[in-house]
Amino acid sequence: MNETLKVTTPTDREIVITRVFDAPRSLIFDCMSKPELVRRWLLGPPGYTMPVCEIDFRVGGRYRYVWRGPDGSEMGMGGVYREIVPSERIVQTELFDQDWTGGETVGTALLTEQGSRTTLTITELYSSKEARDGALRTGMAEGMSAGYDRLAELLTSMMEGEGK
Amino acid sequence: MTPERLDATFAALADPTRRAILARLASGEASVTELAGPFAMSQPAISKHLKVLERAGLISRGQDAQRRPRRLEAKPLAEATEWLEKYRKFWEASFQRLDALLNELKPREE
Repeated sequence: MNETLKVTTPTDREIVITRVFDAPRSLIFDCMSKPELVRRWLLGPPGYTMPVCEIDFRVGGRYRYVWRGPDGSEMGMGGVYREIVPSERIVQTELFDQDWTGGETVGTALLTEQGSRTTLTITELYSSKEARDGALRTGMAEGMSAGYDRLAELLTSMMEGEGK
Repeated sequence: MTPERLDATFAALADPTRRAILARLASGEASVTELAGPFAMSQPAISKHLKVLERAGLISRGQDAQRRPRRLEAKPLAEATEWLEKYRKFWEASFQRLDALLNELKPREE
């Protein structure tokens, strides 16, 4: 039985997601820190792949992720591990290539075990309220303009075709 | 959306200055003077951009008759994508895969 995902905004600068898994936390920790495992699940909606998944798993080490969508477009992000407590806690900085989060965010993943189940809590801490709200809204505007950029290319090629 | 409206929206979003204006308005309404601030541009030039955005329905004018603040009209943008919803969907889909992976990795019970 899977628990549903919860997304909350407990403070001005945070987004928190929680999810319960039917597995020991050491196993989930492995799935979050070994590249050959990460690229098998951290993929988002169907159709996405992870052509780049590089992890130097130590404090001060860097990681880099790149996703490729069904339309071939790519989205990348990366950062540095700030804190690692095996099976318990990973703290990392996060920055998207497009920087739609208004600067670097700090992500904390916490694993707590209850019996045979584990709760994963991921807290994203933004640099300011403006940055978080900006991420919520600018991400939207960026997504829109990216869509229109593609439409623009399509329309241009269509119009050129007509003119001939 | 009519093709004319789509055209206007598309044209409005095609310009980086206008996208920057929208990003600024995303954090709250602002007067023309306030909007012109961060850009190396005259107020009339900014006003021209604002007119394009207004025609596309992406911004509107606030109540204050003196400042005439512009504000973002969320609807045309919201039609495209809802960030938080995308965020949730990303994690939901990923965690379902993680469930399957964990199942596969778990030592078999006797």
